[in-house]
Amino acid sequence: MTPGAAYRLALVGNPNCGKSALFNALTGGRQKVGNYPGVTVERRVGRLQTPSGIAIDIIDLPGSYSLTPHSADEAVTNKVILGQQEGELPPDAILCVVDATSLAFHLPLVLELKRLGRPMLVTLNMMDLAERDGIRIDTAALARELGLPVVGSVAVRKAGTRDLIDTLSSTLETLKSQPPADTASIPTDVRGLRREARRIALAAILSEGREHKVTRVLDRIFLHRLAGPAILFGLLFLMFQAVFSWAETPMNWIDESIVGLQTLASSEITNPALQSLLVDGILAGVGSVVIFLPQILILFLFILVLEASGYMARAAFLMDRLMAGVGLNGRAFIPLLSSFACAIPGIMAARSIDSQRDRLTTIMVAPLMTCSARLPVYTLIIAAFIPDRKIWGTIGLQGLVMFSLYVFGIVAALVVAAVLKRTLMRGAAQPLLLELPKYQMPIWRDVAIGLWERAKIFMRRAGGIILISMIVLWALSSFPPPPPDATQPPIYYSAAAWVGKGLQTVFAPIGFNWEISVALIPGLAAREVAVAALGTVYALSGSEDAVATSLVETLRSAWTLPTALSFLMWYVFAPQCLSTLAVAKRETNSWGWTFFMAGYLFALAYVFAGATYWITKSIVGL
Amino acid sequence: MKVSANTRTLGSLRPGQTCRVIGIADQGVSAEMEDRLLRMGFAEDAEIEVRHEGLFGRDPMAVKVDGVILALRRREADTILVEVDTPK
Repeated sequence: MTPGAAYRLALVGNPNCGKSALFNALTGGRQKVGNYPGVTVERRVGRLQTPSGIAIDIIDLPGSYSLTPHSADEAVTNKVILGQQEGELPPDAILCVVDATSLAFHLPLVLELKRLGRPMLVTLNMMDLAERDGIRIDTAALARELGLPVVGSVAVRKAGTRDLIDTLSSTLETLKSQPPADTASIPTDVRGLRREARRIALAAILSEGREHKVTRVLDRIFLHRLAGPAILFGLLFLMFQAVFSWAETPMNWIDESIVGLQTLASSEITNPALQSLLVDGILAGVGSVVIFLPQILILFLFILVLEASGYMARAAFLMDRLMAGVGLNGRAFIPLLSSFACAIPGIMAARSIDSQRDRLTTIMVAPLMTCSARLPVYTLIIAAFIPDRKIWGTIGLQGLVMFSLYVFGIVAALVVAAVLKRTLMRGAAQPLLLELPKYQMPIWRDVAIGLWERAKIFMRRAGGIILISMIVLWALSSFPPPPPDATQPPIYYSAAAWVGKGLQTVFAPIGFNWEISVALIPGLAAREVAVAALGTVYALSGSEDAVATSLVETLRSAWTLPTALSFLMWYVFAPQCLSTLAVAKRETNSWGWTFFMAGYLFALAYVFAGATYWITKSIVGL
Repeated sequence: MKVSANTRTLGSLRPGQTCRVIGIADQGVSAEMEDRLLRMGFAEDAEIEVRHEGLFGRDPMAVKVDGVILALRRREADTILVEVDTPK
C-alpha cells in the first residue's frame, strides 16, 4: 500500500442486515454515490476517519444472499470482492455484516465469503435488538468457530460503532497480511453450507430468545387477509393526500420567492433581451420545476419510511396476487409506487427485481404511472375546462377527472405489462421469494440522507437539462425578431413558429394548434415545462392584456374542449421527459429498449389523444 | 427422502400449521430455483411455521423458517415436501 492512501474495506451482507444503516453510521454524510460502469448497480463509497488517524474508504456493496449470483447486484458484489470489478480496486479487507437476531440465516454467506480466502472480519449488527429479544450470543465462541475476528455493533446508535472502529483501526494492518486460515473445510454446496452454519449458530447462541413480539402482532394486523389490503390502500390514500395538502404551503413559498426574483430582475435589468431571458426564460422555466420539490420530498419521505420500517416488503406481499395477474410479481409494486413521484427513481428501484424480463417490463411501464410532473399540466387544463361543480352533491367534478387520469395511467400500465409479458417478455412465471424483515423504527438520520440524495438528483435536473431547454425555447421564440412592418405578434415570426407550424401538420388530426405544438418541444425536457412553455408562447404571442390575464383564462378562450381533453390524454401517455428516457437508456443499457419505450408511448399518446379529440368533438358537436 | 403418510407439500398448508422439510421435489423445479429455495432455508430438516396467506386464492403465503419470515407463492411452495407436525 502506498503511504497516505486509505484502506479499502468492502461492506458485505444479506439484504435487511442493517448494512446501510451501519454504513451511514460509520461514514456519516461523507459518501459518494455513483454507478459501476456498464451495469446498473449503485456504487456507494464513504470515508471513515478513525480517532487514531487511519483513513478507511468503505465500499457499501449491494445486499446479497449468496455468492452464486442470481442478480446483477449479486454479480457485482462477487466481482468487487474478488477484485475483478471494472472501476473498483480490490478491497484490502471484507467486513461481513450479520444480523444478530437471525444468525443461522446469515452465516452461510459468511462461510462463502471466508472460502474466498480474503482478509475479513465479521460484525454482529443489531445487537441491541437481539438483547431486547433475549438473544444472547457468545461472540468469542462465534469467532473461534468461524476462525474470524467478530465484533458486536449497534448501527442505530452512533456510540454502538465505537468498538467496531477501534477493532478496525487496530486489526486492519495485521488482517491484511493474514487471510483467514482453514478455508478447505468449508462445504461447497448449499446444503452443506447451511448445515455448517447451523452447527456454528448452535455453538455460539447461548440463549435463543423469543420472537420479536411487535413483528408478530403487527403482521397479524398488516398481513390479515382482509384488514391488510384495506390498511395498504388507506396508507396509499393518506400518502397522496399528504403529497397534495402538506406541500401546498412550501410550494407557495417557492412561488412567491420566484415572483420576487422576477420582480427584482425586471426592475434591475434594463437591457430588454437580457431581462426577457432571465425573467421569462430562466426564472419562469426553472421555477416551474423547482416548485415540485416539496411534493417529491413528501412522497419520498413516505416511501423511505415505509421501506425503513419494514412495511414495504409487506406491501409487496399484499400486491403480489394483483401483479401476478399481469405476469409480474410483488416486487414490481415498489418501483411502480415510486413512479408516482417520478419515473426516474421508479426505474432505478426496478434494480431490486431479480428477473431480467420482469425488470425490463417494469421499466417499460413505469412512465405510465402519473408522476408529479404531470400534475401542473393536469391542474391547469382541469381548472380551465372542467366546471367546478359537484356531482351527486358530494364529489367534485374536477377532483374526479384528476382521479380518473391517475386510474387511466395505472390501468394502461397494467395492460401494457400484461401484453409485454405475453409477447416480447414471454417466459416462465417468475417466482416470488421475499424476506419480510422485522419491523423497526426508521433511523431518521438514514431517512434524512435518503431525502437529501433525492433532492440533489432533482435539483441537478432542474439546473441542467431544464435550464438549458428553457433558454433554447426562449431563444427560439424571440429570434429572429419581427420585421419593422409586422402586423402579427413577434413570436409569429420567430423560429419557434416555423417549428410549431411544421409540427402542426402532424398534430392537427388530434386537435393541437401550433402553440401547443411549439410547447411540446421544450415539454420534451420535462412534462411540467409545458405549462411554462404555454405561458411563454401565449404571453409572447398576445398583447399586454394577454400577459396580464392568467393562463387559465387565455386557454379557455384559445382552445376548444376537444383540444383540451386531447391534450390531457396526450400527457397520460407521451414520454415528454428526456430524463426518463436517459435513465431508461442507462438502466436497460440498450438503445433498442429506450427507443421502444419512447415509440410505444408516443404511439399510444397519439392514438388516445386523437380518439379523445374526435369522440369529444362528435359529442359536443363542434 | 422419507415419504410417509404425513407427507404434504408446503403449499397445501394453512396458517398455524407447522412442519419439517423433507426435501424439494425432483420435478417441476429448475436447478436455479432449487438453489434459491435451499439458500433461503428450505433445506432438509428445517422447521417451518405457516404464518399468513393472501386474500385471493390464499396466495402468496408467509412462512417462518430459520428465524426469518419469507413470502412465497403456493406454486413454489408446492415443490417443497414437508412432514406435517400433528398437534399435540
